[in-house]
Amino acid sequence: MTRLLLGRLVQAALVALVVGGLCFALVRVLPGDAAFRIAADRYGPDALTAQAAEAVRQELGLDRPWPELLLRWFGELAQGHLGNSLVSGEPVSEELASQLGPSLWLAASALVLSLLIGLPLGLVSGLRAGSGLDRLALIGAVALRALPPFVLGLVLMLVFSIRLEWLPPAGYGTWREMALPSLTLALGLAAVSSRVARDAVAAVGATTYYRFARLKGLPERAVLVRHGLRNAAIPVITYLGLQAVYLIEGVVVVESLFAYPGIGHALVHAVIARDVPMVQGAALVMGLMFVLLNLGVDLLCRLLDPRLGAGR
Amino acid sequence: MLFVPRPRRAVLRGLIGLAGLLALAPAAGAAEGRSAPERALTVVGPWEVGGLDPASNGHAFTRLQVAETLVGVDAAGAPAPGLATGWTVAPDGLTWHFLLRSGVRFHDGSPLTAGIAAESLRRARANVGPLSRVPIATISAEDGAVVVVLQRPFALLPAFLANHTTIILAPASYEPSGRVVRIIGTGPYCAVTVAPPLRIELERFEDWWGGRPAIARARYLAVGQGETRALMAESGEADVVVSILPVSLARLRRNPKLAVQTVTPPRTRLLKLNAGSPLFSDPRARRALSLALDRTGLAKVLLRNPGLGADQLFPPAVSGWHAEGLPPLTRDLAQARLLLAQAGWRPGTDGILERDGRRFAATLRTYSAWPELPPLAAAIQAQAREVGIDLAVSIGNTSDIPARHRDGSLDLGLVSRSFAMIPDPLGTMLQDFGLDGGDWGAMNWSSAETASLLDRLAVLADPAEREPLQRRLAEILQAELPVIPVTWAELAVVANRRVAGVRADPLERSYGLAEMRWGTP
Repeated sequence: MTRLLLGRLVQAALVALVVGGLCFALVRVLPGDAAFRIAADRYGPDALTAQAAEAVRQELGLDRPWPELLLRWFGELAQGHLGNSLVSGEPVSEELASQLGPSLWLAASALVLSLLIGLPLGLVSGLRAGSGLDRLALIGAVALRALPPFVLGLVLMLVFSIRLEWLPPAGYGTWREMALPSLTLALGLAAVSSRVARDAVAAVGATTYYRFARLKGLPERAVLVRHGLRNAAIPVITYLGLQAVYLIEGVVVVESLFAYPGIGHALVHAVIARDVPMVQGAALVMGLMFVLLNLGVDLLCRLLDPRLGAGR
Repeated sequence: MLFVPRPRRAVLRGLIGLAGLLALAPAAGAAEGRSAPERALTVVGPWEVGGLDPASNGHAFTRLQVAETLVGVDAAGAPAPGLATGWTVAPDGLTWHFLLRSGVRFHDGSPLTAGIAAESLRRARANVGPLSRVPIATISAEDGAVVVVLQRPFALLPAFLANHTTIILAPASYEPSGRVVRIIGTGPYCAVTVAPPLRIELERFEDWWGGRPAIARARYLAVGQGETRALMAESGEADVVVSILPVSLARLRRNPKLAVQTVTPPRTRLLKLNAGSPLFSDPRARRALSLALDRTGLAKVLLRNPGLGADQLFPPAVSGWHAEGLPPLTRDLAQARLLLAQAGWRPGTDGILERDGRRFAATLRTYSAWPELPPLAAAIQAQAREVGIDLAVSIGNTSDIPARHRDGSLDLGLVSRSFAMIPDPLGTMLQDFGLDGGDWGAMNWSSAETASLLDRLAVLADPAEREPLQRRLAEILQAELPVIPVTWAELAVVANRRVAGVRADPLERSYGLAEMRWGTP
């Protein structure tokens, strides 16, 4: 267990190094003048002048050599500072703190919702593999996964906001504003997790131990609960770790569409405005979230299957 | 270890919870509908809230009427009393007295004094913004008036003091370093919560000098996606939505619950040309490119309003600057080809013009901050090709245009230029068409006559005296084409019919919250 935690800690440090350096390099090789880009985002296109850009260049010391700027960022990171946003001048950590919360809520509710939709559907399809319901679920999953989140989000808005007038199409504040963006993400996630769950259940259903449990006369429910669910859960939970990638990229698109003030929205704007510390900070937090999620997946899998932690 | 049936209970509980939520959903919506008189009026616009600095975000606080400027603007766009009830200028044109409105209080209850107003203006002048371009010597306070002494006469001072970067804030708004940490203004609404980048919550300010506004609570939501903004209007979540994409307008107009208003702001999409490049230094080449453009077609297809084709720089709504009877810019391919032939260009084997072994090929740069610009650029590319001009379209960041203006690497840029930053369009004209050109205006083009006209206009206050000079300016720009007007713009404001008193502001200075009231839907 200690080894697992230590391993993930080293991974987190590596993520910080690689993400920080890579973001820095990528933003630097973007064409165009950084001072002009930052000024454009600060003052808006109508008020952007060369004079404003020069003022930004002076204020932020953008003409200093790049190794100095990168080393300064790593130095501050080692002390726990993420630097200040070049656009707003506020500490990156404060900006992220106010935007991370909404994103975590969105991601968590999407994940829970996807499990609520995907698992029961996968379970039923897996138990009746090859049935009409199974095929229908497959078609639904393919269709949902094939739709980009942008289109799926618009369709949900049309149905739930315009036609039914149940939920607001955008905004932030209560669960009502969060419902549509998290459903958009959840449907995409559930499309895959329902199929993974279905395959896992079907595979477990075909094993000898499962058949033996039936043969020895256990009621169907007990067979499923004791021998089926637990074994089928491992691939499903492992897959959740991979789903995080979809979740993170989905959050970026969905937040922009639903005008939801999260970290994905912040990242897109920071890239456009060349706000290097914000890009580094946002990418770092997302990377660390990924590490943390994988740690959670590892721990859960060990809990479900003690053989994994038995030092083999 | 037994795998006890807990997961099933958890799943069951989850399912029950979800069912409960779904059952609650319509109920919650209905409950909110019933409490309609108490709801906050929701204004939705595309502009994000970047922070509190007046230089970068003053517009958010003037539009929401949280903070006010010394000078306001009347319906015709002329300077009008704001926090100053009037102003006088000494005969030498240098010393201006702005008489302060009495009895004005800030949202924290403190009174507005001339000293406080002068201090806000000094901060605005030191910051980035239009006030730093005004030849100001000193700003001081003198019994109930702000006194501005200029280095040389400049009649536009009141118009510059209407710009949103010159908002007057209470001293408690600033921290010792001069950074704005709270917006404590004098307007009819107080900013209760400013949550960058997307939300501002407002409450009515009971002691506003202009009277008590009818609506108690309001909020502003920034929604970047045009489709989402339209859906918020349709769903009734938003009461007022500013800036609607042309493709959504017809649908919203058919909606009986919504009232759509459109106005023509002083904004023109134009081609900014590098008149110093061998391609465009000859005025005949610039005219030929202009003659290749089907403006009505562009406006009809891409903006859904054929009337927006810009046959001169300013739209008819900008009085004094739209020159009546000026020969319009039209499409005439034969004339365009003739002009290009006179300039020495001959069609090559692929139809693209050549001269001395050089092709007529250039890069047309634009940006996506305005969603209509990339499709306009693509259409211009196709139309230019019909007269043998090969344009490569490059879509980048807003800042590419001024940055490439500075380093000289711009051939051609398609930009959306507002002439409303300073309510008097002359403020922007001075910046764009002076002897050195401008970041968003002329590039490597100058005319002694234009410069002298601008110098004379800058010291004239009387509209009647200014009119002939402005007309002459329009004639020169139409003949020389340092920039080629393409289309004018349209600002659409959609309001739910339950709100009365909504007025679209072509200068985009204010949403007019204080004049709105709840009506019968």
